[in-house]
Amino acid sequence: MIPPPLLELDALAARVPDGATVALPPDNSLCPVSLVRALIRRGVRDLHVIGVPVSGFATDLLIGAGAVSRLTTAAVTLGEAGFAPRFTVAMKSGALPITDATCPAVHTALQAAEKGVPFMPLRGILGSDLLASRPDWRVIDNPFSEEKDPIVLVPALSPDVALIHAVAADRAGNVWVGRRRELATIAHAAKTTLVTVERIVDGDLTEDERMAPGVIGALYVSAVAVAERGAWPLGVLDLYGADQKALDAYAREAKTEEGFRAWLSAHVYGPAARAAE
Amino acid sequence: MATQEERLIAAIADLIAAPHPHPVRHAAVGAASPIPAHAVMLARHRGAEIRLSLLQRRVGNPFTEGTRELFDLAGQGRIDLFFLGGVQIDGAANINLLGTGDPPGSAARLPGNFGAPFMYFTVPRTILFREEHSPRVLVPKVDYVSAPGVSPRGTFRRGHAQALVTGRCVFTFDPEAARFTLASLHPGETRQSVREATGFEYDEAAELGETRGPSAEDLAALRGPIRAALEDTYPNFCARVFGAKAA
Repeated sequence: MIPPPLLELDALAARVPDGATVALPPDNSLCPVSLVRALIRRGVRDLHVIGVPVSGFATDLLIGAGAVSRLTTAAVTLGEAGFAPRFTVAMKSGALPITDATCPAVHTALQAAEKGVPFMPLRGILGSDLLASRPDWRVIDNPFSEEKDPIVLVPALSPDVALIHAVAADRAGNVWVGRRRELATIAHAAKTTLVTVERIVDGDLTEDERMAPGVIGALYVSAVAVAERGAWPLGVLDLYGADQKALDAYAREAKTEEGFRAWLSAHVYGPAARAAE
Repeated sequence: MATQEERLIAAIADLIAAPHPHPVRHAAVGAASPIPAHAVMLARHRGAEIRLSLLQRRVGNPFTEGTRELFDLAGQGRIDLFFLGGVQIDGAANINLLGTGDPPGSAARLPGNFGAPFMYFTVPRTILFREEHSPRVLVPKVDYVSAPGVSPRGTFRRGHAQALVTGRCVFTFDPEAARFTLASLHPGETRQSVREATGFEYDEAAELGETRGPSAEDLAALRGPIRAALEDTYPNFCARVFGAKAA
């Protein structure tokens, strides 16, 4: 078996083509911020970003950098730091087309893709304006019910690229995400999965019964790069917490275009930011 | 002396324990809901046997399948109580989490629907909670229905809003009539003050008392063991409401 290549961070970012449909995990679930910063440095354009199931800091950076042409998500928030500033500005100006969703519909669409079926049903949603805004969702009568039982069908969703940050990769390309197993679903559903990791470990993670349940197998992993503290200013499981001060500062400063540009200069384009990676 | 937040916590704890065809054995609470989380803990402290799943808990989180597990649990009916709010709530308990204006979001855009369009149907009991009680929040008709308060017969739905708790009062909800009834007033409020602050039509209970506040024992529990249990999950809220942590 050929393991997925171990690349430099910028080389990993180069594997995301302009115009791709890109799935990103939310802020509290192994979001690959270093990779997103590398994408902004490389000037990625025209992404369709999918929040799985919601979006936060990394998506706000991409929106502010002008890299997003469409957003599909159940919500965009910086959590305790408040509203996502570049998202809020983009929504106000009408510059960003958004396809609103609901969390379980995003999960269900990916689960359909990982099973290789064209759609899956989902309860709820009936009678909402969300349903009215989603012509790609269908309502059918449950064919197994004697009585009338309308139910929503969500089409399978197979992102071009899944971007995730994991705790570790082994030399075979297995990556460990612990209990965040919805990330495995993203990887199973996506055509390409690019992973940054905190570190490379020796041995084979799938041979360790204690680690294996938290592994995304190398089968699904397209390429890996090491990015220490690669989620900063977000956190990684119990390795390190979110840098709440940095997130609060971003939420404040990025309310203006100038403030956002200054943040990019300091933390994305700045020599210090590059050195830290 | 109880704070406003402690009064709201006690009011919600009373609703959790109130007689209901569907008793609460398992409640789930999200990141933006420190007051509901404290209310579940207070109901437990008072003797209710309730499992509380804190969705954002970083260490010792009850879920091992990521956040997806919450929706799988709710889909199966394994969550009895959830809390929802909104930028707008109307008199038929429709909730709007997305934004205001026409088109929705053009006046004010909020984060989005989250799980509300699903959870409102699959969880048997929902307590609506919104501290701001004003005509701009409690509207005649929401600008956008994230999730409807009631559904036509033949729609799969395990339950509805049990009540709406605001900074001024408690309304109970009757899904048959699709209407709220003013059930109790928080201290300092009157029938008139609530009427003036509410944009939708509602009924009034014949006997309208004051919302029961927390007892001395409730307050001791909230400021002691409950705070200690929730401080990791809601650090900002605990510091603001209960004061600086004892060294």
